[in-house]
Amino acid sequence: MLNLIIILAVILVLAILIAVFRVTTLVGIVKGDAGKYVTSGNKVQAALCLLFLLAGIVGFAYYSLGGLDDDFVQPLASEHGVETDRLFWITMAITSFVFILTQIFLFFFAFKYQYKEGNKATFYPHNNTLEIIWTAVPAVVLTILIISGWKTWTKITGPAPEESEIIEVMGYQYSWAVRYGGADKQLGDYDFKKIDVVNQVGIDFSDKASFDDFIPTKLILPKGRPVHLKIRARDVIHSVYQPHFRLQMNAVPGMPTRFWFVPTKTTAEMRQETGNPDFQYELVCNKICGKGHFAMKYLIEVVEPEEYDKWYASQDAWLKQNDDYLSQVPEELKEMARIASGIENNAEIQEVENAVVSNN
Amino acid sequence: MSVADIKVDEHLAHDDHGHDHHEQSFIQKYIFSEDHKTIGKQFLIAGIFWAIIGGGLSIIFRLQLGFPEMSLEWLRPILGTWITDAGKLDSEFYLALVTMHGTIMVFFVLTAGLSGTFSNFLIPLQIGARDMASGFMNMLSFWFFFLASVIMFVSLFIETGPAAGGWTIYPPLSALPQAIQGSGTGMTLWLVSMVFFIASQLLGGINYITTVINLRTEGMSFSRLPLTIWAFFITAILGLLSFPVLFAAALLLVFDRSFGTSFYLSEIYINGEALPNVGGSPILFQHLFWFLGHPEVYIVILPALGMTSEIISTNSRKPIFGYRAMIGSILAIAFLSFIVWAHHMFVSGLNPFLGSIFMFLTLIIAVPSAVKAFNYITTLWKGNIVFTPAMLFSIGLVSFFVSGGVTGLFLGNSAVDISLHDTYFVVAHFHLVMGSAAFFGLMAGVYHWFPKMFGRMIDEKLGYLHFWLTFVGVYLVFFPLHYIGIAGFPRRYYSFTSFDAFSTFTDLNAFVSVAAIITFGAQFIFLFNFVYSIFRGRKAPLNPWRSNTLEWTTPRVPGHGNWPGAIPAVYRWPYDYSKPGAEEDFIPQNVPYSKTPESNLDHEAELAKSENITPAPANETK
Repeated sequence: MLNLIIILAVILVLAILIAVFRVTTLVGIVKGDAGKYVTSGNKVQAALCLLFLLAGIVGFAYYSLGGLDDDFVQPLASEHGVETDRLFWITMAITSFVFILTQIFLFFFAFKYQYKEGNKATFYPHNNTLEIIWTAVPAVVLTILIISGWKTWTKITGPAPEESEIIEVMGYQYSWAVRYGGADKQLGDYDFKKIDVVNQVGIDFSDKASFDDFIPTKLILPKGRPVHLKIRARDVIHSVYQPHFRLQMNAVPGMPTRFWFVPTKTTAEMRQETGNPDFQYELVCNKICGKGHFAMKYLIEVVEPEEYDKWYASQDAWLKQNDDYLSQVPEELKEMARIASGIENNAEIQEVENAVVSNN
Repeated sequence: MSVADIKVDEHLAHDDHGHDHHEQSFIQKYIFSEDHKTIGKQFLIAGIFWAIIGGGLSIIFRLQLGFPEMSLEWLRPILGTWITDAGKLDSEFYLALVTMHGTIMVFFVLTAGLSGTFSNFLIPLQIGARDMASGFMNMLSFWFFFLASVIMFVSLFIETGPAAGGWTIYPPLSALPQAIQGSGTGMTLWLVSMVFFIASQLLGGINYITTVINLRTEGMSFSRLPLTIWAFFITAILGLLSFPVLFAAALLLVFDRSFGTSFYLSEIYINGEALPNVGGSPILFQHLFWFLGHPEVYIVILPALGMTSEIISTNSRKPIFGYRAMIGSILAIAFLSFIVWAHHMFVSGLNPFLGSIFMFLTLIIAVPSAVKAFNYITTLWKGNIVFTPAMLFSIGLVSFFVSGGVTGLFLGNSAVDISLHDTYFVVAHFHLVMGSAAFFGLMAGVYHWFPKMFGRMIDEKLGYLHFWLTFVGVYLVFFPLHYIGIAGFPRRYYSFTSFDAFSTFTDLNAFVSVAAIITFGAQFIFLFNFVYSIFRGRKAPLNPWRSNTLEWTTPRVPGHGNWPGAIPAVYRWPYDYSKPGAEEDFIPQNVPYSKTPESNLDHEAELAKSENITPAPANETK
């Protein structure tokens, strides 16, 4: 039934088109347009050009200056984002000006210089001065944009400050894993061959620095401190993307990448600013990675630095939580691993310590 | 060469010298044809076919994006199990849709459909040649493309689905069937198809270049070439230099996929298994891919710009402003297009210093592009503009080229690109500046050269309707995507419901989808007009647009060899429109200066003295 309706609809549309085609042809013949070089439709087209220009500018201005239901600028929450946003808006000002101006010239000229019987166009093949002006002016404007962009870019991609919190972020289909260095603040080595169902990120326990590494279920960041993300991927390319931090870097299997930045607002502060009590920073995957790409999410929480330190100190080493992996530690380092990971501690003492921390 | 029988005046009764060519069989004439005009039309029809498929795919995924709640059960007869039990599009098939949409539109429609059609059709006609340098290679070019098309088309229907790793097919995703089903047989077919496609491009490109260099008619110096030909010529060179690199990239990917090499693969653990590959670099693929990929966008847009130059000049009844600057900017764009590729990779983990270099080079390319836009606008200034559908599509192209071009200044700036990379801002940018602009170039070309292709006029009124629906529609589809992109919405997302940050703009997304459906629907007006006019259109006059270039000196339907008599010689540039002193507002290229003393400029009067022509029949007494 539905198919029949579709077929009938198609036939109907086709019939209408044929009718329109025939009618316009006949009307053209009656009006004497058929043989004419410029038909009566020309004026209408010129007028439509002008109409489009006006409607376009009004629409552009209305929707860009707040006419949309939703805000199209995500609230900013990082230090370097201030600079990239500033660059963004400078570029926006320049390009909007050029955009509107050229569209005005384009469609207004089209309207103004429409064909008129007896008119003759002006033979104006070139003007070197004009050509030089509109080569030079964009060149100068672009140079300014390039130089300010380049300065910002060098700063953002430059070496991370010494005191940065180093955190590993690893992408895999379809989630993220983060690893902190633990008490020694140093991330241990990893090896993709050591990955298994439990040791998801492939911690290599032949490296002493790995004993106290811990893997939480959320990416917790300290406000106001530089954070240095060491980024990698386990299977295909992913991309660490966070719109509020204006942060993006691909996670590439076999080639570690990095990005450092300073978060400037805690989650609580963002909740207040956005008026959304459920606001959460989300880590987004922004490189096509397969079926679940669109849902590859990880939660981020930015907290005050003191709170961060407390949380950091309270985390159990991964090795402690999975102490059967002690077997992977080389014999001569086993003792050290037991101590560094906290397995050696009296379980009761540990519990008391945890209780104290959480009460604070 | 004798020019005695040049038809200076198109009102002269034109007798077709049928005896010039022998009768060909149907197969020789229409299928395995070596005639550049037929091959051009074959490319055009194949391109239109692909455009419908590519556009149709985009409508399916726009339905998903605009109306995520909608039941797509009614698509089950076509898509089968790609519609889940819940009546939703499968999220993996969504990726296959965007991948195939991109592949089809970039390569099969805007490269083959655009360059293939118009380079073939126009080069011999506009430079005054009987045919391409090698008709046989030209035929092979189409049939390799046809083979590529068949393989790509078949890949749409296999059980594991077509390639689904994005049209950029970045490994490891495209190398590992474990990562996504589409990287199995679908990807194999994609790669095989592209190999044939590249072969087709190279065969065609070599032909275009050779023909332009060697077969120009008497007097057709490079400084008298229409800008269309300049654009096709440079485009062919770009293709010849860059497509082999894609071939290399694809070949190494085939090795990685099938023969266990590690060019792009390293340290991968997938599906509970650590792969043996070490030492490869996925970034290497990106470099190779974009070494083609970036020139490719200019391969797509330059022919469109070339045709637009011709159409805007003709219909403004004015010479194109800054002919030499236009050629210069084509050359500059072509050169720069080879050294900007890494701007697609600012956040790929590329060395930041390299990023800086590529930012400098990328923003420089905006200068020649700006020059082109300004020159088009100045060409309109003080013109006497005739709004043919082709002219409107050309104006639309300039509008898109500017709108989409300016957003390149955001993305080319690596610092700003950090937050915009791979968002809908990019989608908006390239769909306007490259996709829609090139598509409008294609449409402008079809409307403008339809009378020469089929000997009949295409209906103007339906053309106007088609233009306005498409033009407004394209803006309504792609302009809102800028806002969504600034808000950080990632591209290639099946749905935005998983993230709070992207919970907004559901209405806007629905609006965009509606606009897309209307725009797509409007193309069927064109399709009807195109097919109907081929058979029922008004018979075309010899020079319907009162244009200067040589193709309009051929018979209404040029036969094999294009000109029944001798090939006309060329005495002037193609843009002598509204020349002061001249009676008509155009002087075709084949009219000698010595015949137009009233309109000659000083240096042309000098040239007139040395012109070597046998007296042509004086049709115009002025």
